[in-house]
Amino acid sequence: MKICVLVKEVPDAAVEKRIDPSTGRMDRSGEKNLNPYDTHAIEAAMQIREGGAVQVDEIVAVTMGPESAVRALHKAVSLGADRSLHLTDASLAGSDVAATGYALSKALETEAPDLVLLGQQSDDGECYTIGAVVADHLRMPSLTQVIKMDLEEGGLRCERQAEYGYDTVQIQLPAVISVGDAINEPRYPSLKAIMGARKKPLQTVAAGEVGIDAAKVGAAGSRVKCGEFHDPPAKAAGQIIDDEDTTETVEKIVAWLDERKLI
Amino acid sequence: MADVLTYVLHYEGELNKNSLGAVSEGAARAAEIGGECHAVVLGGEDLTDELCQSIGAYGATRVFRARGPEGLAQPVVDAMSRVIDEHGHAYALFGGGLLGFEIGAGLAARKHAGVTMEVTGVRAVDGKLVAERPILQDSKISVSRYEGELGIIIGRINAFEVVSRDGGPAEVVDVDVEYSPWSNRATMVQRGEQRGADVDIEGADILVAGGRGLGKAENFSLAEELAGAFGGNSAVAATRAVVDAGWYPYAAQIGQTGKTVAPKLYLAAGISGAIQHKVGMQSSENIVAINKDANAPIFEFSDLGIVGDLNKILPKLTEAIKARKSG
Repeated sequence: MKICVLVKEVPDAAVEKRIDPSTGRMDRSGEKNLNPYDTHAIEAAMQIREGGAVQVDEIVAVTMGPESAVRALHKAVSLGADRSLHLTDASLAGSDVAATGYALSKALETEAPDLVLLGQQSDDGECYTIGAVVADHLRMPSLTQVIKMDLEEGGLRCERQAEYGYDTVQIQLPAVISVGDAINEPRYPSLKAIMGARKKPLQTVAAGEVGIDAAKVGAAGSRVKCGEFHDPPAKAAGQIIDDEDTTETVEKIVAWLDERKLI
Repeated sequence: MADVLTYVLHYEGELNKNSLGAVSEGAARAAEIGGECHAVVLGGEDLTDELCQSIGAYGATRVFRARGPEGLAQPVVDAMSRVIDEHGHAYALFGGGLLGFEIGAGLAARKHAGVTMEVTGVRAVDGKLVAERPILQDSKISVSRYEGELGIIIGRINAFEVVSRDGGPAEVVDVDVEYSPWSNRATMVQRGEQRGADVDIEGADILVAGGRGLGKAENFSLAEELAGAFGGNSAVAATRAVVDAGWYPYAAQIGQTGKTVAPKLYLAAGISGAIQHKVGMQSSENIVAINKDANAPIFEFSDLGIVGDLNKILPKLTEAIKARKSG
């Protein structure tokens, strides 16, 4: 079995995110890291490999993004991927969700995976949608927010929480599965794995090399234009108490609740 | 022609509230751009004429009924794609919820259409619809404009109010859909399984909600004791993360796929305040948050925030409220 894991570079959680007024896009400069949700997808791939029910020949980390995205691939490899594929091309900049999913699907086609895994959302755009876009282009069945996944004859048995409770769905392979963060606790990479990550094979491909139709990607190929950024209606800031003396803090909370007749 | 197509989810003979919100919103906006609102439903024999016609009460003039598997997104993509091909709808609109995200995204791929998710407002501008979406932890609003033949709008949960109008019954049109081979390769084995005890959190005046910051399942007793000290109509709620981890029953879950609450007091213990949680509780009258991380997003929409260790604060707060009650 060959598993491809889609990963993404996102601004580090500690960096304040903002819109670049000159381009109208997310300012993606500053400290970057692997999208934390993606680590669950890599861990899920590792657990399939280690589970031994099926022979996993390869785990390939796949990303689309500028040169700096290589760091996310190194992190993915340090967590267990065998090699990585980096789709990078100036023509892809400014792609919306539909265009990004299309471009990724073309890169994935060259790998012909049995299973595509990804995280439930990205830490920056909070998009829950890329898996469904990729699946439709690859003509594969797909499910998002999966919190339990077991291999069985010919496919996967997946569980997730949906509108009316927990659903159990059987999916035949090949398939695209986005995993929820409750599916596992990702391991920490060993120092040796971190040091070794740069030595693992990393292939860089341009849009034309994987057969991407230039008219369908980038800002020009995107059918939704985002802009006119403005502030939401202001909400009065709440009061903040730093707990230094807990007895005093609790007195303040009780007084606050009392004032509002909540006790 | 600028008609709006929505998808209406149903379960055990009942129509989904967020879907009906999408129909209400779709009908209001379609009227502003000279079109009608239609709906697609997909399911078995429980999709009676009467149930389908009843969607007319929320503003849909026509309901396209397809026979097919329920609770999965890809068959709905096939059905909506087929209806749009024949009819030429200008927009597809979805209420909040898991399936809406999956269907909207799949449809965007199929039709090479623009898609915006987490939408909280839709406006008609010069005969076209634009969608407003909060971004960057709700600190900014971004406006989406669409190009091409179809624009896809996926609402945030509870964003669209359910509005009844005197529309009369909708016309019901049966459509034969040939499902994609890949749609047929997913099968629902069990749907809507409830896990854990039944808890009523929607009727409570005071909710003490616990998140991952509680540290372990056993620490929910701290939240339970605090709720007990408030007494009366109080209950304990939980975030999706801890429900999925098996710490607390599904019936107590607030947020995106859980319940929506608006109690007099919402006390969040160890909850970071992700958007998916926020949408389920932001209408609460008073929000108090306790979290050790001063940067937790929940402090941005709390009325009172306490930065500190809840293992220290909760027991003392429970004692203080008990004392206040008896005194």
